[in-house]
Amino acid sequence: MKEIRIHARAGQGAITTATLLGFSYFNEGQYAYAFPNFGAARMGAPMNAFVRVDSDPVRLRSQIYEPNYVIIVDPTLMRGYNCFSGLKDDGIAIINGKEDLELPKLKAKQRAIVVPANEIALRNIGRPLGNTALIGAFAAATGELKLDNLIAVVKNRFSGKAQEGNIQAVKEGFEFAQNKLKTYLPGGKG
Amino acid sequence: MKEFLEGSHAIAEVIKNVRPGVISAYPITPQTHIVEDLAQIVANGELESQFVNVESEHSAASVVLGASATGVRVYTATSSQGLFYMQEVVFNIAGMRLPVVMTCANRAISAPINIWNDQQDSLSLRDAGWIQIYAEDNQEAVDFHLLAYRLAEDKRVMLPVMVCMDGFILTHGMETTDMPEQEKVDKFLPVYKPLYKLDPADPMSMGLLADPDYYMEARFAIQETMRESLGILTEISKEFNNIFNRDYGDLLVEEYEVKGADKVIVAMGSVCGTIKEVIDEQRAKGKKVGLLRIITYRPFPYARVYEALKDVAKVAVLDKAVSLGAYAPIAVEMKAAFFGKKKGPKVISSFVAGLGGRDITLETIHEVFRRLSTKEVNSDFIDLKPELLKEEYGD
Repeated sequence: MKEIRIHARAGQGAITTATLLGFSYFNEGQYAYAFPNFGAARMGAPMNAFVRVDSDPVRLRSQIYEPNYVIIVDPTLMRGYNCFSGLKDDGIAIINGKEDLELPKLKAKQRAIVVPANEIALRNIGRPLGNTALIGAFAAATGELKLDNLIAVVKNRFSGKAQEGNIQAVKEGFEFAQNKLKTYLPGGKG
Repeated sequence: MKEFLEGSHAIAEVIKNVRPGVISAYPITPQTHIVEDLAQIVANGELESQFVNVESEHSAASVVLGASATGVRVYTATSSQGLFYMQEVVFNIAGMRLPVVMTCANRAISAPINIWNDQQDSLSLRDAGWIQIYAEDNQEAVDFHLLAYRLAEDKRVMLPVMVCMDGFILTHGMETTDMPEQEKVDKFLPVYKPLYKLDPADPMSMGLLADPDYYMEARFAIQETMRESLGILTEISKEFNNIFNRDYGDLLVEEYEVKGADKVIVAMGSVCGTIKEVIDEQRAKGKKVGLLRIITYRPFPYARVYEALKDVAKVAVLDKAVSLGAYAPIAVEMKAAFFGKKKGPKVISSFVAGLGGRDITLETIHEVFRRLSTKEVNSDFIDLKPELLKEEYGD
């Protein structure tokens, strides 16, 4: 079983991210359970979305406390929350942020990939919604999902101009993480 | 066909297959997505149905009552305060023997206001005369709606059915769901032909005054039908399996590793998935533990529960609701099932967890098993935060 925890603010598309990931796993023959947890149920309030994946139907209904992967859609959340809480010793964090983003010290085998997802989104979609760039980076960093599959899922989800832009964002996110991994130094930041 | 769907969307899709002539609902979290999606489906012309927008749940229930009385298949959905606002109509629907089907997206009750999941709403309406079935996952939630219509409209039943699914956990949870094909739905659920209806050409009155000479018989009749429904549920479940190839057994309870178990948890709804994870883990370690899942809460399957648990030493009943000042809603039924019987568990302890969306984790379930000892406990709350209790009461 693999577990993904997404940290975001309500309105930043964390549920869409969870949905796209869940769909992608479904397309690759896995069983996924994607679900949100709302805090204050207001736009801008911190919230989580989760994806739990297994080769058998997922029965466990609790939130995710020891994720294999975390995706941080809004890096400002790292100020008030320990977004890395419970991250597995060999866990991977995909973080939407700029290159100089300050990260907590990670364990030896943990990895963090900081992706300029908002920049990628602004360039391709015209809005700072980095979700599709982040899932592209997720696929490259984890090796869990195929890029073609992700693109197909995004194609299915969006239409018109948003479709084109989001597909490009997935690709750029994927490439960015792939390049980052090549230069990755364990224990440091990507 | 297997699809990856949000629970609410899956329900809207299956209601489309059921083809209700009238839908009326008022949006309330976490039921909202179901009726939003249905409104869209009707607006798109995918379903020929009258979607009646109303100003409250009381009106939504009244609209489906009236429409059902004219002999039309109907649908509504609500949660929590919405269900309570419907309450007097909910009782009327059952008293008038109308086969209304409702989804209850289970949510906690105010005050304090709380939008998250527990099962206090539907369980508080246990005496309303509605059949209540509780889904563990979204596949069941979808399938149970088909079973619900079939049951409600059965001429031997003619009672409303509430399909209960945990708010957020199922309604907002996305998972693989095998969506029923229209032809199969039509085969399983033929066009509704009412036994009686309001018709200007053949006038009749419904739901009118019954004085002390008549009232008791009307109530007795529902009680009798409830009892008979236990067998009919099983019969319909078999037919469902023949067509859809999904087996829900007798549709009353599910026994999971109960055979040979000396400790069994009794629970209802989506939490049973989490419990099954713990059961598998404990069984792998040689621990004799099991789960008895209540699927149908009304009518309550006393005989089935007795049969399943009569040789089990210790039973923990896990309620996601309370009956303040008394045994919790499932616990009280478990006590009743064994009252005055020769066989039965030595201990039936009652635990309360997950109120107002407090997360029920694997650890919560382990704690239930730890607290299930020879000393019987009543409404023992799990996962309480002592620091909050201190703040409230001081010393």
